[in-house]
Amino acid sequence: MFMNRIVKIILIDILKNKIVLAYTIILAALSWSSFALEDNAAKGLLTILNVILFTVPLVSVLFSTIYIYNSSEFIELLLSQPIKRKKIWTSLFLGLSISMILAFFVGAGIPLLLNAPDSVGIMMLIVGCLISVIFVALAFLSAILTRDKAKGIGVAIMTWLYFALLFDGIVLFLLFQLSDYPIENAMVGLTALSPIDLARIQILLHLDISAMMGYTGAIFKDFFGTTSGLVASFLLLCLWAAVPFYISLRRFKNKDL
Amino acid sequence: MIEIKNCYKKFGKLQVLQDINLSFRKGECVALIGPNGCGKTTLIKSILGMVLPDKGAIDCNGKSIFNDYLYRKNIGYMPQIGRYPDNMTIGQIIDMMKAIRQSDEPLDEDLMTAFGLEKMFDKQMRTLSGGTTQKVSAVLAFLFNPEILILDEPTAGLDPLASEILKEKIITEKQKGKLILITSHLLSELDDLITEIIFMQEGKVHFHKKVSDLKSETKEEKISKAIAQILKNNVHE
Repeated sequence: MFMNRIVKIILIDILKNKIVLAYTIILAALSWSSFALEDNAAKGLLTILNVILFTVPLVSVLFSTIYIYNSSEFIELLLSQPIKRKKIWTSLFLGLSISMILAFFVGAGIPLLLNAPDSVGIMMLIVGCLISVIFVALAFLSAILTRDKAKGIGVAIMTWLYFALLFDGIVLFLLFQLSDYPIENAMVGLTALSPIDLARIQILLHLDISAMMGYTGAIFKDFFGTTSGLVASFLLLCLWAAVPFYISLRRFKNKDL
Repeated sequence: MIEIKNCYKKFGKLQVLQDINLSFRKGECVALIGPNGCGKTTLIKSILGMVLPDKGAIDCNGKSIFNDYLYRKNIGYMPQIGRYPDNMTIGQIIDMMKAIRQSDEPLDEDLMTAFGLEKMFDKQMRTLSGGTTQKVSAVLAFLFNPEILILDEPTAGLDPLASEILKEKIITEKQKGKLILITSHLLSELDDLITEIIFMQEGKVHFHKKVSDLKSETKEEKISKAIAQILKNNVHE
């Protein structure tokens, strides 16, 4: 009962925030224009995919981290009340996750459903929501790791930079260095280490262009293309959200405020 | 009502609380005094569950407070520096607290009227002066008629009129048989309020005495002078 009320208070507070509104509008503008510019829906989807995998994590992780630090007064106020610590932290997480999903759904979800109302479009929608939640969870982790706001935001940006850019670089480097060895199966395992890559491969395989990805693409298709592969990768994405949040929750329970 | 046994707390290398043993009962008005950084606020925050002691036990009404949160229903807390969400108004904060507590019991809005806060209900927290923020903290602490009141430097930052109102309120609540815990540097302010006094130094309880005993031992009328005499004697020893 308490939880619902706190989630509601947080949600209203976030949705009043102009940054969330701007984020929604930008997502909408990008999505609508990429469908309008490309002559077929598949190309439009590909453009949106890249936009989603670049902006959604950045905004989710950065906005959430800053919001958590700015809520320190609110958290302190609630802590002296008869409310469980777990409830405070989970409510904050739910409030942020729901608002990020809402912004994504209104901004990118509606044009997706209107222009590509097939399995790929819906999949993209689900993946976008999951990515939002994952990076909110990572924000909770980086905010609890350090008391200092500037450091915490720094950690959040590094997290995004790592998953959005560096990780791909490392994979590519390994791919070229070890191209003489049969590393295709290892590559499948490697993608599990980055939620963004997991999401990207998942969607690419459902677009026709996966045929152009060569031998590695075929291996990927062998694994991720099957139902069990699909389920496995969705479970992995869920883990990417659950584990960071769980660690942060454990730490929050034992934190001195 | 509150029982603290062998409490220890360390922040990094600094030992903030060292073997604290205290007990507070109904109807007492306890003053917690001591130099800056002696662990007063840490002790208070430990009772509230905001700081978790490394060792020891804290009981409230016979139940351990660790892993419990409902005991905080009986506590009204007024922090030293109240920090509130910037963009909320006074009215919103008070409404939010009411919604969170969902108390069926009648609310105690005496202080709100006495401070004239109703007139400022639509002011945002960030625009408030330190004193007005303190008034909001005080109102929130008393609002739900708690059995235990924990006031951290309650009169610091309040104007003489407001601090007089608050003192009157504390005395009324004391007479109702509530437990009141106050920390303060202004010993002169405490004279007509308190029944017991605890002096802390470097994380340890230096002494814990009834005010009447303290006065008769030192043959002083004022608390401030009595304390000064005790400290002087200690130095000479």
